[in-house]
Amino acid sequence: MNANYALPRWADLVLLPAVCLLVALLAAAGVVAMVGQDPVEVISVLVQGAFGSQRGISYTLYYATTFIFTGLAVAVAFHGGLFNIGGEGQAILGGLGTGLMALWLSHALPAWMMLPLMVLSGALFGAAWAAVPAYLQAYRGSHVVITTIMFNFIASSLLVYLLVNHLRPAGSMSVESAAFAASAKLPGMHEALAAIGIEWDASPLNMSLILALLASAGVYLFLWRTRAGYRLRAVGSSQSAAEYAGINVRHQIVIAMAISGALAGMVGMNEIAGVNGKLLLEFVSGAGFTGIAVALMGRNHPVGIIFASVLFGALFQGGAEVAFEVSGFSREMVVMLQGFIVLFSGAMVYVIAPMLAWVLSKFVKSGVQHG
Amino acid sequence: MDDTLIAAMLASTLRVSTPLILCALAGMFSERSGVVDIGLEGKMLFAAFAAGAAGAAYQSTALALGLGVLVAVALSWMHGLACVSHKGDQVVSGVAINIIAAGMTVVLGIAWFSQGGQTPPVGSDVRIQALFPGLPEALYGIPLVGRIVGEGLLSHNAMVYLALALVPACWWVLFRTRFGLRLRAVGENPQMVDAAGVSVSRLRYAALTINGVLCGLAGAYLVLAQSANFSANMTAGRGFMALAALIFGRWHPVGAFWACLLFGFLDAAAIRLQGVQISGFGEVPVQFIQALPYVLTVVLLAGFIGKAVAPQALGRPYSKER
Repeated sequence: MNANYALPRWADLVLLPAVCLLVALLAAAGVVAMVGQDPVEVISVLVQGAFGSQRGISYTLYYATTFIFTGLAVAVAFHGGLFNIGGEGQAILGGLGTGLMALWLSHALPAWMMLPLMVLSGALFGAAWAAVPAYLQAYRGSHVVITTIMFNFIASSLLVYLLVNHLRPAGSMSVESAAFAASAKLPGMHEALAAIGIEWDASPLNMSLILALLASAGVYLFLWRTRAGYRLRAVGSSQSAAEYAGINVRHQIVIAMAISGALAGMVGMNEIAGVNGKLLLEFVSGAGFTGIAVALMGRNHPVGIIFASVLFGALFQGGAEVAFEVSGFSREMVVMLQGFIVLFSGAMVYVIAPMLAWVLSKFVKSGVQHG
Repeated sequence: MDDTLIAAMLASTLRVSTPLILCALAGMFSERSGVVDIGLEGKMLFAAFAAGAAGAAYQSTALALGLGVLVAVALSWMHGLACVSHKGDQVVSGVAINIIAAGMTVVLGIAWFSQGGQTPPVGSDVRIQALFPGLPEALYGIPLVGRIVGEGLLSHNAMVYLALALVPACWWVLFRTRFGLRLRAVGENPQMVDAAGVSVSRLRYAALTINGVLCGLAGAYLVLAQSANFSANMTAGRGFMALAALIFGRWHPVGAFWACLLFGFLDAAAIRLQGVQISGFGEVPVQFIQALPYVLTVVLLAGFIGKAVAPQALGRPYSKER
């Protein structure tokens, strides 16, 4: 990307993200110190809260599940050369698809038919919501970043409208749908583990974690082991070269965004089918944007994204714990840290990478090629 | 429609549009110079927090305004450091600003004021009051236009009029000064500006500085004129609406101004239309009217109602070819 520095591969894949994360953590620690808290105490409570108990680990993984979906969504679009900032809206639509299917059929169908239908419906809704901005970019020249921002707002208005006017049961004051029948509930992880004889505390962690891991494997296989994935990445690395190679760039833009939207749409399985059992407002709550940070941290690779998601899951769970334990601390600290991570590992990576290359060249004489 | 309703709608449209106008003009300077700014929302939010915190702590309007502007300018420079000096991704940097602002304002708010992320209300002597107190009521006696002119046009505070005055001022700067010519040129063809011996990055930083000042004013307006204190996420998408207005106005100050007025009017109308039955239509969903600015922008961008032509070099960091 930038010819001024060249890092050995291991440094580019492991060291650079770690350094970016460290810089972001230092910036956040600076703010923690500025508001009169002890960063060391905060971090120890955070780690304890995220990993110190079965309950903590479960919550961490539950948050991570949602971030894997949105992180993969951002990454697939990125490999197609697109910046998908609309994960929020696509996840809302995905949840809507999941929820509508459940409200419609969960009384009639058994779980083994219901759940795949819900995944499919959520993914389709998300894909459709992403495909429209993609189509507009490919065929009408409107930029996908701007249109997906607009689509986020349109999606949230649509959800509010449907919940307030159509899906809310008559006489109910709270803005949420009727509860789904039992067949539309994804089993919790503790239930699944109990079935094979392992005792585990009840938590929101549910089987969508498995779905998320399968999706990660699927994305890896698709991008690096299929021709369709190769075409998609070709368009991402150079549109004109792809064009000369006979690839239909416009199709690829729509395909990349549709896959991206489908992945974001599966957030609905974790939040709607796995935890709430009904359609409600604010079930996405910023996960679409967290996905950007996750994808940047994970270098747009499914393995990296899984690690980054667990990191963010831990931050959200631990952050909630810290907000509970330490007075004057709020869990928005995590949102702030997320912002710093996007800043340093996304926008300022060209500030950090040359410095890192310079430092490395002092220590490792042979491994560094000067570009 | 009677004159009371027209006057009230006109007044609330102008009040709601003011931060949009300031913010859209801010975005215009940045984007005309070739730097994408989707961080408008974050800058406005952070400026609102700074103004609210300073206003509550020091009880001074000037200090509140000044700090609001300062914080927004600092964020603009951070954006510049990332993507003008170091050629980082402008969209990613803007997203980072939005997320940092959303988190940090609440963190600092809770730490400093412990009121769930809000700041205490600023005193009424700190708030920006109507510029012509008593004048609107004096005009009510005039038939037909008295109320419309009085309440609709003359009941506002200085910042509303400042925003209105800035529209022609920005037009003049952009289209009638040497600085404006260079600014537009750097957004269209930076190589040419560079070849002419003018620093591309200095121009972009200048544009970002003006951008920060205007964003700061927009944020301060929310706290000092519209509400009395800062509350978490109080900008509620206004930055994105301003961005939509900027595109809808085709990156032109006057176009953006009309788009802001339209969006402001829709916002004001959405509140009044709640539960109102319109014959033939039934009830108009409020959510539909709220989503309309975004829908219109998408439709415009798709070229269905004319073409929105962005500055040529928008979003591309400039580096000298060797």
